[in-house]
Amino acid sequence: MWANHAAWLLGKAPVRFDPAVIVTMPDVTENQHVFPVTVDARALPKVQRIVVLMDLNPLPVAIDYQPEGALAYVSLRIKLDQRTPVRALVLTADGIWHVAGRWVDAAGGGCSAPPVSRVKGDWAQHLGEMRGRLWPQADQTRLRVTVRHPMDTGYVDNIAAYNIESLRLRGAAGQALGTMTINGSVSEDPAFTLLLPPGLGGPVQVHMADSNGRTFDGTLAP
Amino acid sequence: MILSRRAALGLLATAPAIAPMAANAETFAGRYAYDPQAIGPGLWLVRGADEAIAFGNGGAIANAAILACPEGGAVLFDCGPSLRYAQGLAALAEKLCHGPVRRVFLSHLHPDHALGTAAFDPAIVAALPATRRELERDGNGFADAMYRILADWMRGTAVALPAATVVPGPIEVGGRRLTALALHGHSDGDLVLVDEASGTLLAGDLVFHDRAPATPDADLAAWRQSLDALLALPHRQLVPGHGPFDPTGTAAIAQTRDWLDWLEPALDQAVTQGLDMTEAGMLPIPERFATMKMARYELQRSVAHFYAGIEARRLPRIDGTG
Repeated sequence: MWANHAAWLLGKAPVRFDPAVIVTMPDVTENQHVFPVTVDARALPKVQRIVVLMDLNPLPVAIDYQPEGALAYVSLRIKLDQRTPVRALVLTADGIWHVAGRWVDAAGGGCSAPPVSRVKGDWAQHLGEMRGRLWPQADQTRLRVTVRHPMDTGYVDNIAAYNIESLRLRGAAGQALGTMTINGSVSEDPAFTLLLPPGLGGPVQVHMADSNGRTFDGTLAP
Repeated sequence: MILSRRAALGLLATAPAIAPMAANAETFAGRYAYDPQAIGPGLWLVRGADEAIAFGNGGAIANAAILACPEGGAVLFDCGPSLRYAQGLAALAEKLCHGPVRRVFLSHLHPDHALGTAAFDPAIVAALPATRRELERDGNGFADAMYRILADWMRGTAVALPAATVVPGPIEVGGRRLTALALHGHSDGDLVLVDEASGTLLAGDLVFHDRAPATPDADLAAWRQSLDALLALPHRQLVPGHGPFDPTGTAAIAQTRDWLDWLEPALDQAVTQGLDMTEAGMLPIPERFATMKMARYELQRSVAHFYAGIEARRLPRIDGTG
């Protein structure tokens, strides 16, 4: 699968398996619907994109993140439909893809079981509720944002695909801080950690859009 | 036709049409080893491995206890993860107690303790009503997960719901006098027995000892209250659900309490400091828990169980409508 994915995702661009990309995941897959992954590519210069790929998932790409004014770092939670390699593909300005990851064991059904809020039936009451904060630190500004969304994959009986498709961050002066394309293999109620440069006290505007055309806006502050 | 692995293995075991193929197949060579430890008059602890459920240990990670009845026969407290394990445990108990298994008590729903009920007549298997409800809800899911990990160790195992209900209070089985308590916190139904003859508290998974507590169905506040109740209960010694026998009767309760008292505020603080789940799973574990096996593993599991809920309580709304 890797050769196939690499061909359509990366084309003829040079690819390097690179320990400078640090992918952190728990040792145990306690919940294949909500599996946390952190990608830290801050050791690489001029990162243009970070793609999180699960080779054997029916929705193989979770996110494609362009950290325009942000540091090359992202934490997210993904769904796993079976045992699969989980990788980060990091594109630097010189056109080289830097790849790292490992096999993750998981039971089946992460993409083909209904989300908890569909089972409880309360997803619509909480759709788009956003939470989050900024934490100014010495060498970075830490940002966390969560949003309530069922993130339906389309692989569950009679529930069409319905997911957050994009996230955009803007600074107080309107400057682009980061843009992310998001797919249904990101967990229900997505939660992201991103790192911004230090000294950015906020506020930061976060804008998301889903596949039904709904938009969700929030203002992050320390 | 879609066959689950469990159904397929069951077919292999029963369908005459494919018996010739099964006859030519390799025979699974896994054998459970039982090392009964005498801890009181007519009372034995059968230890589980202090590990995660894995093919290498056949899922035999939970403790079980065997009690001899003065009138002959045996009582079991928990019966392991599989038909094969429970059959071996029953054979051991019958040898030690010179008579058949009269009664099997289930401490709670989790598969490492409960799926062995497949080996017994449901009429002799007793559990709290909450445990039966939870097994109805989760039992088949547990069985699927256990078959996936343990494969042939699980052959023939199906969820067998207990038919007898435990009523809290005094119980007598073949002259062995026990007191039953209905508690909760590790799960919705946590059965605890006190054996009168030995003064032994059979604590189930409310108490872990030198093995980190697991929290997949936990209500931590209720768990702490149940631990208080156990401390107040007259007893001389204790059998934890996982980990070694506690001859003091209180050390393992205090250790379990200490872990829960550390875990909950540690996760809360991780959320309020902006840590992600991966980072929370790598939090430093205090030195005093160095004797606890599976500490990092259970911390990462607990992060998965609790983190999103803590975030929903602790992170402020930012969409201007909350």
